[in-house]
Amino acid sequence: MTTHETGVNAPPRARLPVPTLRADRWWLGPALTVTGLTIFVVYATFRAFQQAHYFVAEYHYLTPFYSPCVSLGCTEEASLFGRFLPDHPLIPYAAVSLPFLLLFRMTCYYYRKAYYRSFWLSPPACAVPEPHRKYTGETRFPLILQNIHRYFFYAAGIVAVINTYDAIVAFQSPSGFGLGLGNVILLVNVALLWAYTLSCHSCRHVIGGRLKHFSKHPVRYWLWTKVSLLNGRHMELAWITLGTLMLTDFYIAMVAGGVISDVRFIG
Amino acid sequence: MSYIGKFRVWRGDANGGSLEDYQVEVNEGEVVLDVIHRLQATQAPDLAVRWNCKAGKCGSCSAEINGKPRLMCMTRMSTFSEDETITVTPMRAFSVIRDLVTDVSYNYEKARMVPSFQPPKDLAPGEYRMQQVDVERSQEFRKCIECFLCQNTCHVIRDHEENKPAFSGPRFLMRIAELEMHPLDTADRRDLAQDEHGLGYCNITKCCTEVCPEGIHITDNALIPMKERVAGRRYDPVVWLGNKLFRRNRA
Repeated sequence: MTTHETGVNAPPRARLPVPTLRADRWWLGPALTVTGLTIFVVYATFRAFQQAHYFVAEYHYLTPFYSPCVSLGCTEEASLFGRFLPDHPLIPYAAVSLPFLLLFRMTCYYYRKAYYRSFWLSPPACAVPEPHRKYTGETRFPLILQNIHRYFFYAAGIVAVINTYDAIVAFQSPSGFGLGLGNVILLVNVALLWAYTLSCHSCRHVIGGRLKHFSKHPVRYWLWTKVSLLNGRHMELAWITLGTLMLTDFYIAMVAGGVISDVRFIG
Repeated sequence: MSYIGKFRVWRGDANGGSLEDYQVEVNEGEVVLDVIHRLQATQAPDLAVRWNCKAGKCGSCSAEINGKPRLMCMTRMSTFSEDETITVTPMRAFSVIRDLVTDVSYNYEKARMVPSFQPPKDLAPGEYRMQQVDVERSQEFRKCIECFLCQNTCHVIRDHEENKPAFSGPRFLMRIAELEMHPLDTADRRDLAQDEHGLGYCNITKCCTEVCPEGIHITDNALIPMKERVAGRRYDPVVWLGNKLFRRNRA
C-alpha cells in the first residue's frame, strides 16, 4: 500500500515512516467481507444460471432464486405468474426480479460501506490510508446512481411480497395441506427478508425520516421508531439474509435433486 | 500498582519530525493524557500538547494513539498491556504546528460556511414552541464536543488534501442535518449540503461514527438521512416531476 503527497504524509502534516501505526488486525474485517461476498456471488451466479433443481413439485417448494419463475423453461406448476421470458441459458428464470434484488443490495448503504472498504479499499479501515490517487466519492457517474437506492427498495418490497406468497402456497401441496422442514425454512427466510428490506435506510426515510415535525404525523412517527429499531440491525440482517437465501436455496436444490428427502411434520 | 510504560511520541513541527522513545511512570487509574503530562513535567518540558478539561467534554486533546484517532483524556492506560509500546502522534489530517498540536482552522472555516438557524419570520425570540419528539433527532447532534476526530479520520480529506475546499467533513454535514431536521428552521439546506459542502463525497464508510467519543450515530442518523433528503430533491425522478408539475419547493 502506498501513500502519496496529498495524503497523510503530505507536508505540513506530521510525517511518519509507515502508512499506519495501527497494530490491531484492521485487515480482518475487509478480508472476511471479501470472502463472504465472493462466496455468495459465486453461489448465486451458479444457481441463477443452472436452471435446474429449483422446484419441488411434491410440496410446492420454489427457491427464492427462481421466484417468480416466468421463463418458458419453467415447470408449469412453479410458474404462478405466467411464463413469458424466452428459455435461454443466459436468461435466468427469475430475470424479472434478480437484477432488482442485486441492485437493491449493491446500492444498500450497508453493502456500500462493505465493498467500498473491502474491495475498493477506500478506505480499507479507519485511519489506514487508501491507495488511490484521486477520490470523488459518489459525485460522478456511475456512483452518483447510488442515489436511486429507494427505487430498488420499492422493487425489493414487491419481490418480498412474491416470496411471501411462495412461502404460503408451499403449505398447499397436491395432496392437500402439509408442513415440512422446507416450509419452516421458507418462512424463516421470508421473515428475515422482510426484516432486511424494512430496515433499509431508504425505507426509514420514506416512512418518516423525511419529516420535520413528527408531532404532526404520530402514525408515521411510530412507524419510523419501529423501522429505526430494525435499521440499527441493518448490517446483521444484510449478512443473515445472504446466509438464509443460500441455505434455503441449497435445501430446496437438495430435495429437488433427490439427494435428501424433506422432513415432513404434517402431510 | 505503578509500572514504567514505554511510549513513542511524535516530536517535531511542519518542517519535519520523528517518533521519540520515552519511558514514563504509569499509575493505576490513569489515562494517556496523565502520562503525557508526566512526560512533560519530568523529561520533555518543551512537549507541546493541547488539553483543557480532562473529562472528555472540551474536545481539545484529540490525537492518534497506536494509530487510532482518540481523545487522550478518555483512553485508559488499563486498556494496554504493561509491556506494550504506546505510540502517540498528532492528528494526521491537519497541519502540525508542533509535537501533538495541530492547526484545526480548516474546521472553523467550514463552520462559518454553514448558514445559521433561520426561525420563522413571524416568531420572535421567546415564542418558539416545539414538541420534544420533534427536537430529539437534532439533540443527538448537539452532543458534539468538536474534537474533530471524525474530521481527522474521514478519508475524503485525510487521504486527499485536494478535497478540503469541496468537502466540509462529517462534523459540518451533521450540523447541516441538525438544522435541516430542526422543526423551526425554515431554510432548505439540501442543495447547500450537496453543492457547497460536498455531501456526495461521503461514501458512508462510517469511520466518523467509529471514532466519535460521544457515540453519536453520525452516519446513520445524520449523513444517510441527509443523503436521502438530497436524493429526494435532486435524484428522485418522481419527486422532480411532481415539483415541476405542481411547482412545489419542498419534497
